[in-house]
Amino acid sequence: MISGTVTIATEICKGCELCIVSCPQDSLGLSPSINHKGFRFAQLVQDNCTGCTNCALVCPDSAITVYRETKSSKRASNPLVASQAA
Amino acid sequence: MSMTISDNMETVYQKPATLTETPMHYCPGCGHGVVHRVLMEVIEEMGIAEQTIGVAPVGCSVFAYHYMNVDMQAAPHGRASAVATGVRRVLPEKYVYSYQGDGDLAAIGTGETIHTVNRGENILMVFVNNGIYGMTGGQMAPTSLCGMVTSTSPYGRDEHVMGHPLKITEMIAQLPGAYYVARHAVHTPTAVRKLKKAFKTSFEMQKQKKGTCFIEVVSNCPSGWKMTPVEANDWMEKNMFPYYPLGDIKVPATMK
Repeated sequence: MISGTVTIATEICKGCELCIVSCPQDSLGLSPSINHKGFRFAQLVQDNCTGCTNCALVCPDSAITVYRETKSSKRASNPLVASQAA
Repeated sequence: MSMTISDNMETVYQKPATLTETPMHYCPGCGHGVVHRVLMEVIEEMGIAEQTIGVAPVGCSVFAYHYMNVDMQAAPHGRASAVATGVRRVLPEKYVYSYQGDGDLAAIGTGETIHTVNRGENILMVFVNNGIYGMTGGQMAPTSLCGMVTSTSPYGRDEHVMGHPLKITEMIAQLPGAYYVARHAVHTPTAVRKLKKAFKTSFEMQKQKKGTCFIEVVSNCPSGWKMTPVEANDWMEKNMFPYYPLGDIKVPATMK
């Protein structure tokens, strides 16, 4: 399975939980602590993110950035990555 | 939980540059933020940020010009489509959109809305319908559902006294000036993708000077409905969608 990850702008997040219910992998959960606005914020609670972008699509505050592993075929054709490997 | 971004990872989704860094003032879970982002994503992807002028309404989204990094103009309550008409007439080569809520577009601005569409002004009208006046404290809007409890209908909306919920999107689809009319939502990733496609289509139609494109977005109001955001989206699916069904309402023959 292709792996991915997310970064969440914790000071922007308002803890609406819409990303948590949209995540097919149950990777996200609410933090035990609060941000400066007083909201518990979303965070990764499992390391099984696939980078599907569902959470970012439904986030009303655009707090989520999604990263995904590039496919190996795509990596080979990318001269930057190929030179690193060599 | 570690959030390491390894070297072989690429960014697949990030906030568009056409949204400013200003944190949004909307309540947690409000659909406005998603509609703002999707609209700005389309503008960024089409590379038309420098040629686009938006018109902000009065209502929850009154500060849309703080968040959208394109040229914006504020309009008096309900008059966003009239202001957009003026912008369109003066600057015919620009992309023009108006962004309004249901208290703005379907209540005080009904006259302007209908006549703008009837004239077939070459603009995109974005209509965010959450069935309530969110900004002023959850009063009944023309689009509130029958039986819906609001601060001005504490026993529920009685259609015999307060009239029926206004399906303004279906109304204006009857007008010859309306070119593309559709209703979408932002409660699921699929719905967000469909909305993005509709916005893109609308701007492409606008480039071809086809007439008014009107996109309604059925949205939530967790604060006004007195629910959590997740409950509000469930309530919206069960109650709003049967009355305001999603999908294309008027589609040009070229798209069929």
